[in-house]
Amino acid sequence: MTTEASPSTTPTMPTARTSPEAPELSPATRTQLYETMVLSRTYEEAILREYHADKGPGFDIGKGLVPGEMHLSAGQEPVAAGVCAHLSADDAVTATHRPHHLAIAHGVDLRKMTAEIFGREGGLGRGRGGHMHLFDPATHFSCSGIIAEGYPPALGQAFAFRRRGTDRIAVAVTGEGAANQGGFHESLNLAARWSLPVVFVVEDNDWGISVPRDVATAIGSNADRASAYGIPGERIEDNDVEAVHAAAGRAVARARAGEGPSLIEVHTLRLWGHFEGDAQGYRSDLDEVPGRDPIPAYEARLREAGLLDDARIAEIKDDASSRVEDAIQFAKSSPIPDPTTATDYVFA
Amino acid sequence: MTITEAPQATRRLTTSKAMVEAIAQEMERDESVFYLGEDVGAYGGIFSSTTGLLERFGPERIIDTPISETAFIGLGIGAAVEGMRPIVEVMFADFMGVCLDQIYNHMAKIHFESGGNVKVPMVLTMATGGGYSDGAQHSQCLWGTLAHLPGMKVVVPSSPADAKGLMTAAIRDDNPVVYMFHKGVMGLPWMAKNPRSIEEVPDGEHLVPIGKARIAREGSDVTVVTLSLSVHHALDVAEKLAPQGIDVEVIDLRSLVPLDREAILTSVGKTGRLVVVDEDYLSYGVSAEVIATITDQDPGMLVVPPRRIAVPDVPIPYAHDLEYAVLPRHDRIEAAIRATAG
Repeated sequence: MTTEASPSTTPTMPTARTSPEAPELSPATRTQLYETMVLSRTYEEAILREYHADKGPGFDIGKGLVPGEMHLSAGQEPVAAGVCAHLSADDAVTATHRPHHLAIAHGVDLRKMTAEIFGREGGLGRGRGGHMHLFDPATHFSCSGIIAEGYPPALGQAFAFRRRGTDRIAVAVTGEGAANQGGFHESLNLAARWSLPVVFVVEDNDWGISVPRDVATAIGSNADRASAYGIPGERIEDNDVEAVHAAAGRAVARARAGEGPSLIEVHTLRLWGHFEGDAQGYRSDLDEVPGRDPIPAYEARLREAGLLDDARIAEIKDDASSRVEDAIQFAKSSPIPDPTTATDYVFA
Repeated sequence: MTITEAPQATRRLTTSKAMVEAIAQEMERDESVFYLGEDVGAYGGIFSSTTGLLERFGPERIIDTPISETAFIGLGIGAAVEGMRPIVEVMFADFMGVCLDQIYNHMAKIHFESGGNVKVPMVLTMATGGGYSDGAQHSQCLWGTLAHLPGMKVVVPSSPADAKGLMTAAIRDDNPVVYMFHKGVMGLPWMAKNPRSIEEVPDGEHLVPIGKARIAREGSDVTVVTLSLSVHHALDVAEKLAPQGIDVEVIDLRSLVPLDREAILTSVGKTGRLVVVDEDYLSYGVSAEVIATITDQDPGMLVVPPRRIAVPDVPIPYAHDLEYAVLPRHDRIEAAIRATAG
């Protein structure tokens, strides 16, 4: 390991403040990005519906078909779609407690994921994990409910991929609040020093639950922190899926080529509350939030480019709906785990 | 898992050399095994856990890390999830606080949260224990803490042969295994020599199944259930008491998870008297768990109340006399056995 990178020869990489012009994407890729975002949003709207369907009277978080905390990623779809477009199921993704958009964009089985969220035997974790703890060995997808702690395991996946002589990579995602955690900095340092094939992604949705980024973080851009570890850092300001796609393309290519990690921060949008049931009384930007929804904006752009029309959009949305409803039906019809098996799977 | 039954050649090795021998043999056998941690390369491990391995296997497999326990334990987890078999060293058990999330929320829970679909075949090693005036932040055992948190096996060898056999078993186990070695049993050249830290160790493949306690000494009057360095102390006391007519049975637990409750029940069923010796903190710890093993089954097995010798819920003091006052040393163990036997 120690022979593979030398600190004295590692150049200090500049931080890009504004993204270079994105290369023109093929119509197929642009439509695919849109489709991925629509599928993710359609999915979360359905989860929202199911989540709230039977929480009453009043609101009891532990009740219903989908119990517990629910963190939805609506507004952050450009990050998932733009980054995961460069990945195959052989590449690893470690996500946060807000994981659905990333899981969907990375190709996690929709039925098994939904069954897990519903706490059913047919779920990814047979109902032992829940929505913050999704593990899919088929796509090397995992997530963690603990801030910044998904970064270190990604290092190990990247280490294993390289050790086997492949060009597979790991993508590690956190929120902007996690950039103040030790695990974030330890991981950047170690990955940089060992030139591990990792792409670090920060989703800056402005809010660490109720605390705004400006209150929590000493600097304006977490991408600037990359320079402290001698790796490229890039901040994308406009939550535009094509800008994310372009930046991720550069970072992924660098990782696959064995040139080491990069950090991408996307200034994205938390369209809804931190969790469902969050009244967001603290939030100062709610008036303008709906107008910043990235999906209608991209839809308009693709219409203008002649790639989408009413019929095609309806087709894409219908297709997403039927996939999502199929997954929800699968989840609902999957058995509830047998309580006598509650202590299974502690050990292999 | 098979236990090697065939007679084997043996040599006398220190515990640390026996541990290193197991690691080397498994690294020869399985390319996916590698070792990483702080000062495990050229230094050979602060407590001689990797002496000579860098020269043999090179820096690609014996890997010095930055002082970033969260990052490198997490790295081990990710590599294990992808099918490698990492051994990751946290230098002192006392340091687990800086990386505990990776240990108990990630390493130990991923298999369960995935409904059994993801395995984490990883060994986490750490040095434990005091007795050499290293103070409150460098002398703890903390095995009770790890044993309390579900999802990881916890092994604590006391002898050179077990150090080898349990390490081999830990590396081959598909679960996360925490391997806690007491500095006082390692046979380190710079620490007071414990005569039991050099013993005969089988040559070649040697496996000790995880979860099976060892009868370190057979006896009929009082059962002492203990682990790690305290096994050595208990054996010393047992040898002293034997000519005085007190025949002590010493059970070396070897692993806390799984706990060999059967061995505890069998021995106490025979003697009716129980002393538990634990170098970890007293309250909510191993000693209570061992006693509950008896009382859950049948409190009537005990003809006198059981006794516990542990660290009395105080940070380990620095000054030699204060430290020895709180550690389970020979005098306290002997007094407890005498009181129980009487």
